[in-house]
Amino acid sequence: MAEKITLGHGSGGRLMHTLVTDVFLKHFGTEGPLTDSAVRCQEGVIFATTTDSYVVDPLFFPGGNIGKLAVCGTVNDIAVSGAVPQFLSAAFIIEEGLPFEVLEAVAGTMAEEARLAGVKIIAGDTKVVEKGKCDKIFITTSGTGWLKPGLEYISTGEKIKPDDKIIINGAVGDHALAVLCARNNFSFKAPVISDCASLNHLIRKIISGGIIPKFMRDITRGGLAAVLNELAEMTGSSINIDEEHVPVNEPVRGMCELLGFDPLYLANEGKFIAVVDPSDVSKVMEIMRNDELGKQSAVIGEITSGNKNIVTLITPAGGRRIIHMPSGIQLPRIC
Amino acid sequence: MKYIDEYRNKDLILKLAGHIKKSALAGYTFMEVCGGHTNAIHRFGIPSLLPENIRLLSGPGCPVCVTGKDFIDKVVSCSGMENVIIATFGDLVRVPGSYSSLEKERASGSDIRIVLSALEALDIARKNPDKRIVFPAIGFETTAPGTAVTILNARKEGTDNFSVISSHKIMPPAMEAIIKDGTSIDGFICPGHVSVITGSHIYDFIAGKYNIACVIAGFEPVDLMQAVLMLVNQVNSRKPAVEIQYNRAVTHNGNDLAKEYMQSVFEPCDARWRGLGMIPGSGLRLRKEFGNFDAERILAPVSSLTDDDGQCICGDILRGIKTPADCPLFGTSCTPDNPEGACMVSGEGACNTWFKYKING
Repeated sequence: MAEKITLGHGSGGRLMHTLVTDVFLKHFGTEGPLTDSAVRCQEGVIFATTTDSYVVDPLFFPGGNIGKLAVCGTVNDIAVSGAVPQFLSAAFIIEEGLPFEVLEAVAGTMAEEARLAGVKIIAGDTKVVEKGKCDKIFITTSGTGWLKPGLEYISTGEKIKPDDKIIINGAVGDHALAVLCARNNFSFKAPVISDCASLNHLIRKIISGGIIPKFMRDITRGGLAAVLNELAEMTGSSINIDEEHVPVNEPVRGMCELLGFDPLYLANEGKFIAVVDPSDVSKVMEIMRNDELGKQSAVIGEITSGNKNIVTLITPAGGRRIIHMPSGIQLPRIC
Repeated sequence: MKYIDEYRNKDLILKLAGHIKKSALAGYTFMEVCGGHTNAIHRFGIPSLLPENIRLLSGPGCPVCVTGKDFIDKVVSCSGMENVIIATFGDLVRVPGSYSSLEKERASGSDIRIVLSALEALDIARKNPDKRIVFPAIGFETTAPGTAVTILNARKEGTDNFSVISSHKIMPPAMEAIIKDGTSIDGFICPGHVSVITGSHIYDFIAGKYNIACVIAGFEPVDLMQAVLMLVNQVNSRKPAVEIQYNRAVTHNGNDLAKEYMQSVFEPCDARWRGLGMIPGSGLRLRKEFGNFDAERILAPVSSLTDDDGQCICGDILRGIKTPADCPLFGTSCTPDNPEGACMVSGEGACNTWFKYKING
């Protein structure tokens, strides 16, 4: 049988990495490292640009809907590169038969979220396909933002060194489980609300506070495990995480125990990690904890000088294990 | 979280580690039979807390791992039939059969849905009265009662389009097969959830006839450390017995009601285990009176008879003869994304667990 695309190819893990490398990069080529946003300098202007598609199922879930995701996700991809997000474009693929009120609700949320984030949606496209050819609505947003000189290296993490600390802005796993619980076929409910939020204002506060993080990345599909592994691979560094310090809300912990998920591998839509110099930790923590989106901020680990490209974890039991890049199928259509 | 945090108490775990180190005066090989234990052991980094003279081997207690290619072939065969929906546990989707997998069949258009329980599969049957629903029933004494109750419900309400293809297995014959196979084992960390149903008495013959220590353990780090300490003490005292560490859930007799359901729907049969071959009386098939719910009878799926695993050594790993590190394919051509064998697919499989968690694995 000829090889076909499987759901695993879209899971944000190793398979997807292979797909991107073996198909897209083969044809498109690449310049520079593969980061969430491409940061480029043209005629003295430094800008970040990114694009992302949203296929979440169901469209509405506690804490948001596909429209909010489409704005927050792209804003966050820009913001973690150190740039100030400015403009978005939005393209809609709509299934024939979608009620207008659904589209109204989604577009209304997008407008509101864009206003809160301080970005403008300035271009768009609409396609309608026959019933059954897509599932209700898929959205693609692209975004652009400007960077101040000196911040270009944030997205590549090239300045990180051993002993730098890793800070997260809150608890992991809420988005994935909120979406899962909202699915019709899911037989039990839990009080979990998606963390979907635009992080640009919080990130701006850190940078305006005079701190230049050495690396930032939002934690989406593939979870914290994927981001840490990407960082280790990209920079050739080693990372040590203390599992006890990684915030996980109780309902998420409970569901993970029941369903056999590891919260480190679950998707988020309003979380990021920042790697900072040890001398900046207390100031960054103060700024973050004073922000609504950073109340549960925690120092979860550090860059070490140990084995290269490896992420290790101290378990709550005091044992040590490795955190690999997620592989296999995670939860499909989570964002 | 109540009932979790108490069993992850670091001070207690380190104290147990100290006791184990003091007591472990010889070399010990213990087998954790259950895949859930394999996962917990590596997830919590238990091996890094044990002295080097204690070796833990993974056993045949991961349901997906011991499922033969012939069974996958049968389910794949059903999935290609007209008007059939396969409602399966997610783990099974990626297990390679001899020529395809459910994942590949789904990509080619078969209707394959993931469920968390047999009851969910029954619900799909209710909502799709013009389709035949096939639930591939895998697992040990833990999941068989759930399948049994679902079949009884289906019969009671007349949901005749629900059916099961059974690969249910029972644990004791497989443990005996491993002992007879000659794997050198000083003690078994016996399955926790299986024992909740069966009771602890099913292992009496292992301690009595074969003089091997048995401790039924829970799944938290304190449970596992305590179980290892109990096994070390049993071996040191040369008095093998069946002890229950997991006494907040396991009793001597088990859950009589669950056993009754299981026995009313299933009867023992010979079953093929990956790596262990055919083991007499180790499987559960639907009794004749439930033939209307038996997908094998209704659909007559075909399977290959081959159990050729190529270079994959899943079989030897399941028997405790080898570890994933001994496999030439491990981590190179066999990864969770591209599994060659079932042990790399299941979250409870030894290879998958080693790949995910093990330092220097």
